[in-house]
Order: sequence, then structure tokens, then C-alpha cells
Amino acid sequence: MTFLPTGEQLAFARSLDAMLAAADTPAAVRAWAGDDPDPGRALWGRLAEAGVCALAVPEEYEGMGPLPVELAHAFVALGRHAVPGPVVETVAAAVLLGELARLGDRGPAKRLLPALATGERTATLALAGAEDVRGGTEDVRERALPYALDADRADTVLVVRGERLWRAPGHGPVRASADPARRLARPASGGELLAEGPAVAVAAERARRWAMLATAAQSLGVGLALLDRTVAYARQRSQFGTPIGAFQAVKHRLADTLLALEFARPLLFGAAVGLADGHAPDGDLAAAKVTTGEAAYTAARTALQIHGAIGYTEELALSLWLRKARPLRDAWGDPATCRAAVLRACS
Amino acid sequence: MDLSYTRTEEAFRAEAREWLRDHVPAEPPPSLETAEGFAAHRAWEAELAAARWSVVSWPEEYGGRGVDLARWLVFEEEYWAAGAPGRVSQNGVQLLAPTLFDHGTAEQRARILPPMATGETIWAQAWSEPEAGSDLASLTSRAVRTDGGWLLSGLKTWSSRAAFADRAFGIFRSDPEADRPHRGLTYLMFDLRARGVTVRPIGRLDGKPAFAELFLDEVFVPDEDVIGEPGQGWRIAMSTTGNERGLMLRSPGRFLAAADRLVRLWRSEGDPGDPALRERVADAVIGARAYQLFTAGAAARLAAGAPSGAESSLNKVFWSEYDLALHETALDLLGPEGELADGAWAEGYVFSLAGPLYAGTNEIQRDIIAERLLGLPKGRR
Repeated sequence: MTFLPTGEQLAFARSLDAMLAAADTPAAVRAWAGDDPDPGRALWGRLAEAGVCALAVPEEYEGMGPLPVELAHAFVALGRHAVPGPVVETVAAAVLLGELARLGDRGPAKRLLPALATGERTATLALAGAEDVRGGTEDVRERALPYALDADRADTVLVVRGERLWRAPGHGPVRASADPARRLARPASGGELLAEGPAVAVAAERARRWAMLATAAQSLGVGLALLDRTVAYARQRSQFGTPIGAFQAVKHRLADTLLALEFARPLLFGAAVGLADGHAPDGDLAAAKVTTGEAAYTAARTALQIHGAIGYTEELALSLWLRKARPLRDAWGDPATCRAAVLRACS
Repeated sequence: MDLSYTRTEEAFRAEAREWLRDHVPAEPPPSLETAEGFAAHRAWEAELAAARWSVVSWPEEYGGRGVDLARWLVFEEEYWAAGAPGRVSQNGVQLLAPTLFDHGTAEQRARILPPMATGETIWAQAWSEPEAGSDLASLTSRAVRTDGGWLLSGLKTWSSRAAFADRAFGIFRSDPEADRPHRGLTYLMFDLRARGVTVRPIGRLDGKPAFAELFLDEVFVPDEDVIGEPGQGWRIAMSTTGNERGLMLRSPGRFLAAADRLVRLWRSEGDPGDPALRERVADAVIGARAYQLFTAGAAARLAAGAPSGAESSLNKVFWSEYDLALHETALDLLGPEGELADGAWAEGYVFSLAGPLYAGTNEIQRDIIAERLLGLPKGRR
């Protein structure tokens, strides 16, 4: 057992980090939240060139995967730099199509997967279990469908309802998220039926797991960025003639934030290793999701408190991460759902 | 990254599991913080040692099996999962032995380690003093040079297990003129039944004599019982306290087993409609897994040659607060039954209450984390 990143994994993570640090991601985030998706798309293009989208795609569809551990490293970097757009969803869509192909239905993968692997196109998706769509009026069924992230900007909008996979013809009104860089809309019903049968539900479940993993990794990255920025601020900001980072109350709050993040990190990578081994680590994935989400949210609360009033403005770049932490904590498995899954998985 | 066990590790696990299944007493012995329980635990250590399970990570010549950290972790998982008794030799095995491996002489190792491995000699620690807890550098007990050794005088307190133990180890001020408080300290071992030693047991919160005060009046210690160079006690002790906070003291196996018991308790006693308790039980399961994986990473780093540093402070705060939260959850699940002092969870609860205090308070550990891991300025307390 050697539960340490390999040299290649570390080098990959570092190169993504360096590339994103040089790319002025805050500007891309602000543009994405406004009217201009182009800088965000350009960023995604460069990440795709670095191989990020290919990590969830099998080799026969121009991918290099599935490599969940590398994907987790990559999404920590994406979180650290607050990369906007349906990045988790594109990966999850790729997993859905790849798994469907593995189960025998290769048509949708052939058509859609290579463009996702190379980053030429993006996708988003909404997954509804069978129980969500049973019964009720059309209106009720519509409301039971989750929001799809950035349905207005993704090239492909996939929808799973029970055992059917649809390509949505459009989407409902775009709703504002607490994080303006997250744009939420319900996919429109109908469209093209891409696949149906039990394999669709199996593939959707696998996509959901990868989405949980990628979101957990993103959360950890968001938390780390918040901590880094707050530590730097606490070192330089003086009150009562002393850097505030010298006060024990401030130190202890930051120490607790580091503790939360450092004990979330192994859960994330443990879950990734489990996915790579082909286990069904339901409990591990849920544990990683809830713990990284809570740790990032703790980091956000700490960051806001220690920055004080300046942190409570949208002008400071800190706000990009502050506003991301809570929605990521609840996306793809909120804490209560995850904790219930952890207990279900106990033998 | 890899979390799979090798064939060697799996074979070791199977061997340990089989032995433990055949030997772990069906009825748990009395609390090791009582005279009767101490004797029973000492006998258990002898039984473990006879089959060479008492100190698996030590070299074979001292009674161990020479296994690496990974197999030590495997053994600990099996040990606690089997419901085996608490380890009465813990202070010696986890604190003194690593110090002797790093700083002791070959003679000291040969003389001290084998009877420690069998439970024949049980060690107490004598670090704290009434005015020196986490601020260990302020201690005032003296070691004064004499013919062929040293004379120890002063008062040590909160000495765990000293009420029933045989020998003790601690640091003493040997050079009161030293320019800094943490210089001029010497690390020594002494006999708790030596002339000049008075042991006064102290009842802990539940009344059991889990520790004691040691009154020392010119207690003679021969030179052969000095560890390392005189005056180097602080440096040597610090290498031990890192160990105390780090992964050796609280193995993940212990918490995995405790979380497992908690889930079973929840299923038998819990109100499924109480989401607050359900979430705390889930958090206990998650915490044990987080600690297990964190430790797996730390063990891999150590095996790759990285030093164990301030990360042990992260470890200490985590396990001590985790342990307490887990036991509080168990008591809440038990409801009014949780008040009963002889309940299965009561002993663990009282023990866990001390976690945030000893081995360096959690406040001190948070300062270390902030200053050494986050690079925040030293400053106002």
C-alpha cells in the first residue's frame, strides 16, 4: 500500500496549477457570470489540451481514461482557480456515454464522446432516478428534474429520466445561483431519445459517482484557495499594532480550517482510488463529498470572518471562491444525502 | 496511489486474526486503571508477548516481529476489531521505546526493551509538574550530579499509570544556570520503588487512580539510566512527544472498531427519526475512515523517508476531538442509561475527555499548526 501521489500525478497537478495561475481565471469567472462566455470557453479549451477532459473517456473514444485519481488532482486545481462552466458535468456526461458503450450501446458514444474528450464541445446533464419521474402530472414531473448547470451554454444537454437518455431540445429560464458563475436551468422535455433500457440507469449512476468525485475535488481546491488567501491576508493586515495572524483566536480558526481540509483530502483520494479499482465505494464517495464540501464551507466562513468587511464585497476576488463553497457543498449530493449513504454502506 | 494490501500484508492479517480469535478473552478484563485490572492487563501483555504479538514493529531481538508501518497498521486494525483489551504497556512501548531506539545505547535497549515487551516492567511517564504542563520547558525538578550518577528531587504529577507501574522516565533540570529554559535538561529513567520516591495516586474524574504524584527526594539514578547526553533532554523529549501526538499513539484501528460499535449501538438503540443523531453517527464513521486514510498517507511518507514533523499536531487535535465526539454520541444514543458509570462506553468516555488536554493541549497544538504549517507569526497568546 502506497497511498501517495506518484511523481507523474504531482507533475500533472503542478502544470495545471501553473497554467491556470497564469491565465487570469478571475477575469474569466467574472465574464462567465456576466454576458461573455468566451474567456471561460478558452480556458476550458486549454484544460482540454492538457488532457483534463480525456481522463474520464476510454481510449477508443480518444480519451486516456478512465483515470479518476488524475481527475481528482485536476479538479483540485480547477477549484483552486475557480474555473467556471459545466466542467464537472462534461466529465459526468463523458462517463455516462462511455459506460453506455461498455454495456453494449455504442451509438451515442461514437457520436458525442470524441468531441467531449478533446474539449471541442462541452456538455451538461440532469439525472433523475426512476422514482423521481413516476406518476404526477407533466408539471410535477418537470419540477422533479434537477437543474442542469449552464444548460444555456453547454453544447449538449443530456437528460436521464429513469431508463431513458434524451438529448434536450433546449432549456427553461436561467435562474441565478448564489454563485453567479453557476447558471441553473431545467432542461426542456422531449428532444431526441438517445438510448433506453436498464443500461441507461446503470450508466447514469456511474456518471453520478464521477460527478460527486469531481465536485468533491473542486470543493477541496476551493477550500485550499480560501485558506491560502486568508493566511496571506492575516500575515499582512495589522490591528492594534500587530499582524492579526499573531492573535491566537485568528490562528486557531485558521488551524481548524487546515485540519478540516487535510483530513478531507485523504477521503477524496481514497474514493478516487476506489473508483479506479472498479469497486463500488458508495460510502467512500459520499464521505469524500460531504467532508470536502463542509471543509470548503468552513474555509469560506473563516475567510469571510478574517477578511472582515473587505471580504464582504464582490469587488475582492476572494468573493469568487466565497460564493462557490456553499453551492458546491450541496451540488451532486448534499450533506444529509451523503451522510445517509455513508450509513447505508456500513456493513 | 494505491490502497490495496500486498500478499505479505494479507497473510500477516490472517495470522493475527486467527491468533486473536483464539486468544482474546471473552469477558473484558476490569479497567486497567484499577489494581485488579492492571494485574489482568499485565497478564494479557505476557500472553501477547509469548506469541510475539505485543510489539510487532520492534526488531525480533527485543521480542518483536520487525514488521513495517503498514503491517503495524494491519495488526492494530485486527487487534481492536477483535475486541482485545487496552494496552497497559502503552507509555513504555509508544513513548520510551522509540526514544531508546533513537537515542539509547545498545546496552539500554538490551536491558530495558525485552521486559517492556512482556509487561514484566511497566513504565509510567514523569513529564508534567504542577507548574509545567504544555509549557514543559518551565519544569523545576532537579537532577544533581553525584558519584556514578544523579540525584533527583522535586515533584512530578499527572503521571499516567504511575500508581501501579514499576519504573518511570522523565526530564529534569540538570543545569539551572543554562541560558535558556529548555537547555540544561536531562532525560532519565528511575525506579518507582527506589529509596526517596513516594507515589501518591490521584483519582481521575471517575475516581480511578489513573495517575499519580511522584515526590522525589534525592532519588539515585545511575549513569546507565541517562538517555543521550546530559543537557540534551529537551531535544530528545521533543522527538518523543512528536511520536505521542503522531500516528503511533492512536492507531486508526482503534477508531474504526469504535465507530463500528457505535453504528451497531445506533441500530439497536437509535431513533431512526432523529436526524441529528444519525448525522453524528455518520460523522463518526467518516472520521474513522478519514483518520485511517490520513494515516495511510503519513505512513507512506515516513516509509519514503520523510521526517514526521508538525503534522503530528494535526493528528493529535483530530483524534482527540474525534474520540470525544464519538463517545458523546454513544452516550446520547444511550439516553438515561448513558449516566451509568459501569456501562461499556463510560470508561472510554472518561478517557476521551482527557484527550484534548494531554500530549500538549489542543490550544498549543493549534498554535504549532498555525505557526509551523501555515507560517503565521508567533505572538500574542
